[in-house]
Amino acid sequence: MNDLLLIVIGSVLVNNFVMSQFLGICPFRGVSKKTETALGMGMAVTFVMALASLITYLIQAYLLVPFKLEYMQTIAFILVIAVLVQIVEIALKKISRSLYQALGVYLPLITTNCAVLGVALLNTRQGYNLIESVVNGTSAAIGFTIAIVMFASIRERLAASNMPKWMDGFPGALITAGLMSLAFQGFSGLIH
Amino acid sequence: MLDILTGVLALGGIGLVFGLLLTLANKIFEIPSDPKRDAVRNALPGANCGGCGFAGCDALADAIAAGTAPVNACPVGGAAVAGEIAKIMGVEAAEGQVRNVATVVCQGSTDRCKNKFDYHGIQDCVAASLVNDGNRACKYACLGLGTCVKACKFDAIHIDERTGIAKVDPEKCTSCGACVRACPKNVLSLQPETEPVRLLCRAAEEGHLVSDNCKIGCVGCEMCKNACKFGAITMVNHLPVIDYDKCVGCMMCAETCPNGSLWGDFDNRKIAEINRDLCIGCTICKRTCQFEAISGELKQVHEVNEACTGCGQCAAKCPKKAITMHVREHARDANAKVGTTPTKPAVLKN
Repeated sequence: MNDLLLIVIGSVLVNNFVMSQFLGICPFRGVSKKTETALGMGMAVTFVMALASLITYLIQAYLLVPFKLEYMQTIAFILVIAVLVQIVEIALKKISRSLYQALGVYLPLITTNCAVLGVALLNTRQGYNLIESVVNGTSAAIGFTIAIVMFASIRERLAASNMPKWMDGFPGALITAGLMSLAFQGFSGLIH
Repeated sequence: MLDILTGVLALGGIGLVFGLLLTLANKIFEIPSDPKRDAVRNALPGANCGGCGFAGCDALADAIAAGTAPVNACPVGGAAVAGEIAKIMGVEAAEGQVRNVATVVCQGSTDRCKNKFDYHGIQDCVAASLVNDGNRACKYACLGLGTCVKACKFDAIHIDERTGIAKVDPEKCTSCGACVRACPKNVLSLQPETEPVRLLCRAAEEGHLVSDNCKIGCVGCEMCKNACKFGAITMVNHLPVIDYDKCVGCMMCAETCPNGSLWGDFDNRKIAEINRDLCIGCTICKRTCQFEAISGELKQVHEVNEACTGCGQCAAKCPKKAITMHVREHARDANAKVGTTPTKPAVLKN
């Protein structure tokens, strides 16, 4: 139980995927103009990452290792992620058309999101078991959601404020992201 | 060999399972698509130019099917596409909508408008306009480096080799507005195709500044304003502004313009014709005419002479509807006025 708690805190705060490991930057920049869509993106990524952790663990443990196919790891994982993203896209189109349109091209881009592939590869590298993998995947995704929602709310306020023209838009957003990343470094002493 | 086979089988198996899964998801989350929307999408040109103001043809098809956009929202397709979509949607297409055409509001060809300096930089208007407002002496002039040509998806705009400035092919122009947005000099604008007169100069400067730079630029002499008998022209920033609600199309402004910066559609200029059987000689048309182009005595059949400008005021006033307007074959002869000697009229040439 203690181990699981450590994994959760480690993935959400200390090794936050966006802020400390700089993975999944593309949707982090792209879908962070409005808090609502950022939250929707976080939910989609959480779903994909949790399921991807589960399925990639099963594939790794029961297919790749027994058949000595570890060299096929990357392509097999990408296949899993692509299918999951596709399912999310189909489902989202039906459930919430407005969110589907707001996420736009970034939804299929989760397929090539390094955070999702990263969590699957890190799970196998750390030698996590099934439960640990799923917990790690879910908490990493929650960390991503926290980061993107915070970033989006800051950007919303920045958009309303009076910025100099050269700072307006992406330059200001990138500096914001850097400062947030600095702040997250403060968590690094939390776990030894 | 066996390794490869296991790899192929394993991954192929995963792929098969996932394929079935996706099919299942597609069945569960199936969205009934609107057949009307698909038909509208097929009727649209599919250039995705964004001229309608929507993100592309798909977005416009959605909006039309949902009823939030009119059936004639596509400027590219014009009346033909509008009619087709109207048929799909089961409504009447709005008739008589005037088509817009991109117009180059500059006639400053290289022989008419001077150059400030030789420009040898990047051959693009946006780049050139950053260097001291471009190399043309007039800062309102077309630079002729073809940024609009690149922006046009319909091959409707070219740089004329003789004049060195942009020229629009009105047949091909779809009024999508891409060139208007691309031009850094705002030389291009969308104007109704049917306007009888157009100001083809944007030089909002005092006359001597304009005439120093350009032979055909508007010097703001106000002769067009004085020539207009219908009060349709006002002067703003040394340029005439034509109120097309008041303009009747007599083209007198373009005819009086001393340097040709006001363009008139003289090829389609009209002339009044009085039906001799219907005319009762009431003299209303004669009194209405501002150009002394109608003669005749009371209770006698009236005549229109070559001084007619085709403004159509007489046709509107005639109580017997005896006057019709049709496109004239000869150029207008101002000397044909009542009481003056007419000269032999020149045949119109296109």
